[in-house]
Amino acid sequence: MKRAGFSDRWLPVLFLLPQLTIIFIFFYWPAAHALRSSFFLQDPFGFGETFVGMKNYTMLLDSASYMRAAWFTVIFTSLVTFLSLSIALLLAVKADKVIRGAKTYRTLLMWVYAVAPPVAGVIGLVLFDQSWGPLRDFVALFGWDFRLGVNYFDTAFTLVVMSVWKQLPVNFIFFLSGLQSIPRSVREAALIDNRSAAGRFWDVTFPLLAPTGFFLLIINITYSLFDTFGIFDTQFKGEPGNNPMTLVYKVYLDGFRGNDLGGSSAQSVILMVLVLALTIFQFRMVERRIHYT
Amino acid sequence: MAQVKLNAVRKTYPNGFEAVKPASFDITDGEFVVLVGPSGCGKSTMLRMIAGLEDISEGELYIGETVVNNVDPADRDIAMVFQNYALYPHMTVRKNIGYGLKNRKIPSTEIDAKVAEAANMLNLNDYLDRKPSQLSGGQRQRVAMGRAIVRDPALFLFDEPLSNLDAKLRNQMRIEIKALQRRLGVTAVYVTHDQVEAMTMADRIIVMNGGVIEQIGTPSEVYHSPASTFVASFMGAPPMNLFDGHANGTEVHVGETPLHRHTHQGKVTVGIRPEDIVPDVTGPLAINVNIIEELGAHRLLHGHTADQAVTIHVAKDFPAVTGPMTASLKPDAVSLFDSETGHRL
Ligand SMILES: Nc1ncnc2c1ncn2[C@@H]1O[C@H](COP(=O)(O)OP(=O)(O)OP(=O)(O)O)[C@@H](O)[C@H]1O
Ligand SMILES: [Mg+2]
Repeated sequence: MKRAGFSDRWLPVLFLLPQLTIIFIFFYWPAAHALRSSFFLQDPFGFGETFVGMKNYTMLLDSASYMRAAWFTVIFTSLVTFLSLSIALLLAVKADKVIRGAKTYRTLLMWVYAVAPPVAGVIGLVLFDQSWGPLRDFVALFGWDFRLGVNYFDTAFTLVVMSVWKQLPVNFIFFLSGLQSIPRSVREAALIDNRSAAGRFWDVTFPLLAPTGFFLLIINITYSLFDTFGIFDTQFKGEPGNNPMTLVYKVYLDGFRGNDLGGSSAQSVILMVLVLALTIFQFRMVERRIHYT
Repeated sequence: MAQVKLNAVRKTYPNGFEAVKPASFDITDGEFVVLVGPSGCGKSTMLRMIAGLEDISEGELYIGETVVNNVDPADRDIAMVFQNYALYPHMTVRKNIGYGLKNRKIPSTEIDAKVAEAANMLNLNDYLDRKPSQLSGGQRQRVAMGRAIVRDPALFLFDEPLSNLDAKLRNQMRIEIKALQRRLGVTAVYVTHDQVEAMTMADRIIVMNGGVIEQIGTPSEVYHSPASTFVASFMGAPPMNLFDGHANGTEVHVGETPLHRHTHQGKVTVGIRPEDIVPDVTGPLAINVNIIEELGAHRLLHGHTADQAVTIHVAKDFPAVTGPMTASLKPDAVSLFDSETGHRL
């Protein structure tokens, strides 16, 4: 490949400057600030701070509510990721069979993606509402006395459903285009080689979707961890009581509602480390395999 | 091993396009049949119907003794080689070749033996653990062949398997495929748009045009007695010379020159192969040569006779010059076609 070069050394730097500035102002600077704050105890009214070392971190590990949120986050993330990936894959495989309709389907399903998370949360509230939610009435038919916002399990259930629902379209689109990019003749060769449709799926289609699937796995984990904030916030409006919440929501709650900036910063730092680990894992995997030409 | 029989098989695509008009023919056991025709004439459609990859709109298809219209491709006992090879990109060569066997619940020791045998036959021993992306086009082609032969099918189907290879490799693989088919004795249907492949490989050629079968015959029949002006101009390079002629009930004339005795009356199309026109100082045919094409082994002279374009094939030692010359015809050189329908008279 031909390489275009710059004759002037400073020109490329100049082009990069806006991007670098944005990254610095909105990412590195706050991150550094959070890291620093996590070692201090902040006065709630802004009158100074005291260095406390690792105390913010050790307190988190001792805190039952933090560990509870951590566990919930693990379960919530796994559930949302697993469900939104597998349901989307199932839908994509079905839609792929009806290639002709696929285009319309695609647009129709993509619409859901345009719904902002808080709106998704509100829709969830409406659907499962205590007095007039249609889904609440529906599950009541099966003897399930659904209590959104009161019962821990029921609330978690709603949060998972809404988060999965919100993420399905993106996964669907990616899986569908992944499926459609598998060469027709390869599928036809499989059709001759294997009479079982399930066998063909697991032996040929699924491995060829692996690059898409892996990419989506990372996207979905990140989504469940961070982007579901809006869904939680509309649900709790800052007062979750005994309801389940993710670590990200707890950062916000402890920092801005509880005014514990030090503890909240320590939580952010832990999340940053988590994201860093996830990113390293992703690059390792991408380097190692998962692409065929 | 099996014979194949098509009974008025027709294909209409969902958009209403009739890609194959009702076609009937038999392929006998062990025969190598080549489907040839220009792009878009319905060759692949025909082959894919035989494979079961495309529904048959009307008619019956028999493989062996049974109607297989509604039989799954995997159950038709066929093997297919695709134009772009269609190898599984995530599987090694070994797995690619063995995949079909694995699904037939064949014990793995037997699969290994069969894969090894096929790899030997196709010189793939050194590549068994590579992925398709690490192979050259020719090697991929061999893997596709290997995948077909290990299945021990009743019928081989090939859809332009050589068109992605360079000319030299194509010639070599052409001979190898033919030899392999001979050795295994498996019935084969081979699609190509290359008339040289058709001529050299086929026991019988099926020439298609616009969804219609124009002619079915041995290479020599198709070449020497084309059933239509389409076949005459499609088969052979350079193609058959076609002249507008006139028949008076006893003789056929091109311009003023009588070329052939025939009882037909009226306008006709006269077809003569370039190599059936021989330079002859006393010959009746007056030709004005414009261009000499030097091809090494022989020469082609392009010119006009009676204001119509003509091509002559001459030996390399013939002292060719541009300008007027005379020629005569070999016996039985003339094919006559109806000038309206193009059918052979
Ligand atoms: N799915 C389809 N729907 C509608 N028309 C189709 C479809 N597939 C093929 N055709 C049409 O049917 C005709 C025959 O197609 P086919 O693929 O059999 O041609 P072919 O003889 O194999 O040509 P080539 O040498 O270019 O491969 C073409 O005119 C093509 O446009
Ligand atoms: Mg074709």
